[in-house]
Amino acid sequence: MPEKPILRIENLRKSFGGTEIIKGISLEVLPREVVVIVGPSGTGKSTLLQCINLLTRPTGGRIWLADREITAPGVNVNRIRQRIGMVFQEFNLFNHLTTLDNVTIGLTRVLGMKADEARRKGRFELDRVGLSDHADKYPAQLSGGQKQRVGIARALGMDPAIMLFDEPTSALDPELTGEVLNVMHKLAREGMTMLVVSHEMGFAREVAHRIVFMEAGFIVEAGPPQQLFEAPRSERARQFLSMIARSHNGADSPEDQRGRVADDATRKP
Amino acid sequence: MNEFFIFFQTIIPELLQGTRVTLKIAGGALFIGFAVGLPTALIRVYGSPWLQLIVTGYINIFRGTPLLVQLFVVYYGLPDLGLTFSRLTAAYLTLGLNSSAYQAEYFRGAIQSVGEKQMVAARAIGMSRFKAIRYIILPQAFRLVMPSWSNEMISIIKYTAVVFLIAVPDLMGKAKMVSSRYFAPISTYIIVALIYLVIVGLATLILRYVGKRFETPGLESMETATR
Ligand SMILES: Nc1ncnc2c1ncn2[C@@H]1O[C@H](COP(=O)(O)OP(=O)(O)O)[C@@H](O)[C@H]1O
Ligand SMILES: [Mg+2]
Repeated sequence: MPEKPILRIENLRKSFGGTEIIKGISLEVLPREVVVIVGPSGTGKSTLLQCINLLTRPTGGRIWLADREITAPGVNVNRIRQRIGMVFQEFNLFNHLTTLDNVTIGLTRVLGMKADEARRKGRFELDRVGLSDHADKYPAQLSGGQKQRVGIARALGMDPAIMLFDEPTSALDPELTGEVLNVMHKLAREGMTMLVVSHEMGFAREVAHRIVFMEAGFIVEAGPPQQLFEAPRSERARQFLSMIARSHNGADSPEDQRGRVADDATRKP
Repeated sequence: MNEFFIFFQTIIPELLQGTRVTLKIAGGALFIGFAVGLPTALIRVYGSPWLQLIVTGYINIFRGTPLLVQLFVVYYGLPDLGLTFSRLTAAYLTLGLNSSAYQAEYFRGAIQSVGEKQMVAARAIGMSRFKAIRYIILPQAFRLVMPSWSNEMISIIKYTAVVFLIAVPDLMGKAKMVSSRYFAPISTYIIVALIYLVIVGLATLILRYVGKRFETPGLESMETATR
């Protein structure tokens, strides 16, 4: 793919107090590419995503969104964030708003869209995540999987250039992860550019173009799924990935894992 | 009993005049308390460290000293500094600022229990800090603050009674005049107590109705959430 990257990160650093959490990360994400980041807890994966949409200020390095350097001084961060969708581990839905209003509030209050146009767009996005029937419910009336799909619809509503997912299924009961992963799979097929922190190995094998293994603030290894899962170059990646495979998929053989997302798509609750 | 009703009929018009003043002062104080207290709470939560310090001092002064002392300072003390207020203005000002300190604390608690994650989610879709506060944080904080706010309303209605000490003709002030005119303190103050009770009861009912209308599933108020 000789295309220009949508996201380009160059030597990114981030410290909290005196502790450096991100220690010089460089990464490019191409249009329509799905990159899955894996790595032990406390490694800085969430911090990396927060730096990308400027929810925290990087202490060093530069980030470009398409042609625009978003870490340059004087950049309007609100404008930048409109173009970067973010899906949170804990959903973070707006609790006082209905499902539909969770999607439309950004359209009306940030993009200045007319109310009826926003509702149309909001319904379209809810339909995309399979929740058109739940438009008038409040977050407290939804299951975890439904909440996360609203979270995805809310981000999609802004027509982002890239979607960031921070462990979107790790707060969910195991039987609810499938519906969220299916939606993400569908987005990937539609050509959405996605940067996903997740330890869902089935999803990573099936959907990711590239796996990035992060540890202690560095990218240790990156490559296509087959390479990382079957022939990782680094010992650390090998250890970590086999541990994850064991704990996440129980006794499943690798062949079973491969079919997992597709199976979920057809499985009825 | 019959005598009591005749007495009641005689004094009630005057007491109702006083009641009107009491209601005005309570309403005005609650309004001032809201208008000053909400921004104070926002500064307390989102302001720079310096502003937070100033605002915390303000809150502590008003919450840490007796209301009556505050009233006397405003009415008798401030004229020495060249700030003279009418009785009624002093009443509005003292009760209003006093309430603002309490309301600021209640709003701060409500804003903080809405949680930082709601702010992060709002910023993530490109909202400015101001819009996030306006459209995401405050609508939730208002629902959460309802029980404490309704307690504050009850307190203020009752605390207005101190203003008779600077000779404002509120319900209490009128009661004092009436009772000494007719030498009937017991009957008078029983009636006065009943009037306060009715005001507080009605105000509580209205607020509860308003609270119900804006209820959101899953957004319990702070009181019910801990019950
Ligand atoms: N706002 C913050 N202030 C201080 N330390 C933080 C902050 N956010 C994250 N950290 C620290 O950064 C490290 C990496 O955190 P995080 O990015 O959440 O890791 P991961 O998502 O990979 O589990 C952790 O040790 C965490 O304590
Ligand atoms: Mg994390």
